[in-house]
Amino acid sequence: MSGLRIDHVSWGVGRRLIVDGVDCTAPAGAVTGLCGPNGSGKSSLLRLVAAIRTPAAGVVRFGEDDLTTMRRRDRARALALVEQDAHTDLPLLVGDAVLLGRTPHRAPLAGPTDADHAVAAAALARAGAAGLADRDVSTLSGGERQRVHMARALAQSPDLLLLDEPTNHLDVAARLETMRLVRSLAAGGITVLAALHDLDLAASACDHVVMLAEGRVVTAGPVDEVLVPDVVEKVYGVRCAVLRHPRTGRPVLAFDLE
Amino acid sequence: MTTTTPRTRTTTRVPGEARPAVAPRRGPRGVVWIPLAAVLLLVTVVVAVTIGPADVSVGDAAASVAGHLGMGGLVEAPSRLVDAMVWELRMPRVLTAACVGAGLALCGVVMQSLTRNPLADPYLLGLSSGASLGAVLVLLVGVSVLLPVAAFVGSTAALVATLLLAGASGGVTPARTVLAGLAVGQAAAAATSFVIFTSAQGDSYREVLTWLMGSVAGSTWTEVAIAGGAVLVLGGLLVSTGSVLDAFTYGDTAAAALGVHVARTRWTMLIGVAVLTGALVAVSGAIGFVGLILPHAVRFLTGARHRLLLPLSALFGASFLVWSDTAARTVVAPSELPVGIVTAAIGAPVFTLLLWRRRAA
Ligand SMILES: Nc1ncnc2c1ncn2[C@@H]1O[C@H](COP(=O)(O)OP(=O)(O)OP(=O)(O)O)[C@@H](O)[C@H]1O
Ligand SMILES: [Mg+2]
Repeated sequence: MSGLRIDHVSWGVGRRLIVDGVDCTAPAGAVTGLCGPNGSGKSSLLRLVAAIRTPAAGVVRFGEDDLTTMRRRDRARALALVEQDAHTDLPLLVGDAVLLGRTPHRAPLAGPTDADHAVAAAALARAGAAGLADRDVSTLSGGERQRVHMARALAQSPDLLLLDEPTNHLDVAARLETMRLVRSLAAGGITVLAALHDLDLAASACDHVVMLAEGRVVTAGPVDEVLVPDVVEKVYGVRCAVLRHPRTGRPVLAFDLE
Repeated sequence: MTTTTPRTRTTTRVPGEARPAVAPRRGPRGVVWIPLAAVLLLVTVVVAVTIGPADVSVGDAAASVAGHLGMGGLVEAPSRLVDAMVWELRMPRVLTAACVGAGLALCGVVMQSLTRNPLADPYLLGLSSGASLGAVLVLLVGVSVLLPVAAFVGSTAALVATLLLAGASGGVTPARTVLAGLAVGQAAAAATSFVIFTSAQGDSYREVLTWLMGSVAGSTWTEVAIAGGAVLVLGGLLVSTGSVLDAFTYGDTAAAALGVHVARTRWTMLIGVAVLTGALVAVSGAIGFVGLILPHAVRFLTGARHRLLLPLSALFGASFLVWSDTAARTVVAPSELPVGIVTAAIGAPVFTLLLWRRRAA
């Protein structure tokens, strides 16, 4: 099967296991949501997949490749990571920030080519941020910054896109816009694994969901099988009903207050 | 429907992009600065050589230099006295200042970027304090090694201590490296103060103070060779790392995600900076502020892209230190100031101004 396979991956700090034998897949051409409470290990798992941390045990495969042992550069051409809260204090234009995504595609000491500029411009347009190219990144709103991060990842031309809370700071329209973009990327054949806090958004935008709690997979599978009242109650300790969206037919979570 | 054969392709597509993107014509924005800065440096060197207690014209200076470069037949030779003044006194001093200024500014850029700390300078890892301790031991205690050698050994020892301390406390991350550098620097500074306090008297005190403040007075072609060689070799390597430093813009994780070997890159570049700084401190003492403010000033002009920032900082740093040194030897003539006092006098207010402008922006 093509796509991402995470096989019994564990990682810890000191004696504490933060990711504990995680086993799951993210099929190619689909959006897989990574859900779970704060501190359940979503960001840590994404970093393990991106091989920024080395797993203590287990293998991460993407298609034919073992991501953990692959050459750094090749890996950076295959996958891009949008971090939960990347920021910089340096004075930098948005266009240059997006160009950083081209780094793995050229010789280590070389500068950006015309082709790199073209890809960066297309990535900006794709992320809905074409008008921002000449702005200084420090002057952007949270939502604009998020789009620029997305554009930077797209400029990397990845086949596997790892997103850590890509809808943070976004209003409802921008959130939907982002998920629409993510869905169209997946439709184009990219494998997407996105950590999402918002279960409703996951329900409406993901094909598959992996539910984490305390570093372990609670359930994983099609959205209809994972986002069910039992699982939500077990993981978050809150009760909810799952309704159907009258037009899209997708699940909608309605939470009980009492 | 998916094809996952990305390894050998030249990937210039944006995922899912249907129509080809129009490349906006973004020319070599800012690159005009480099020839400008180079010309400024050339003019600076020529003019600085003519400034001083005895009158030397640009023609005299050119003739003297031409004579020593084996092109003496082309121009009329200057008098012996003028020739000696240009070739033996002013030229080595001006060139040493230029090399030291270029190296310090370059090291400042790299340090600020690798530690992600806008207040970083080349001395952050305790290098200047280590070098000072070495120098003070020579000047006051009479340890019989050449002063530059002692200073270089001192700075290298400080670097090793810093990296070991950072490594022992859990890895060479930016924050830990800075803290370890502070600790080592403070320890070496305390030792230096102790030595000065217990053994300096009269003139030796003045000599030590001059060295501690930094000075290129009395530079010979040996100093030019040390500083120039270090700047050409190590500085040349550092200048070429623009793309790598750019990859650190959003921090270590982002750099790693762009395919950079973060730990190895940080180690090698820190060591490169340290050896270059050690060589510079050995010839001129610890001249402050150049490595701190030049990077900020140049970033203010051209933004944070390192491919431009590195060479420009080197060129402007060179001109800056030549002019500072020219001021140091002329404003209180016939006496002179340590150039470190001049760079501090200019640097402190400029730094304040830059911070203020940045907040206002
Ligand atoms: N380098 C580290 N050292 C120590 N503890 C860590 C480290 N990285 C993560 N942790 C801990 O591991 C747990 C999981 O963190 P992680 O960031 O993966 O959670 P998350 O699911 O992304 O949470 P959130 O939803 O709040 O973003 C947390 O308790 C965190 O404190
Ligand atoms: Mg997280």
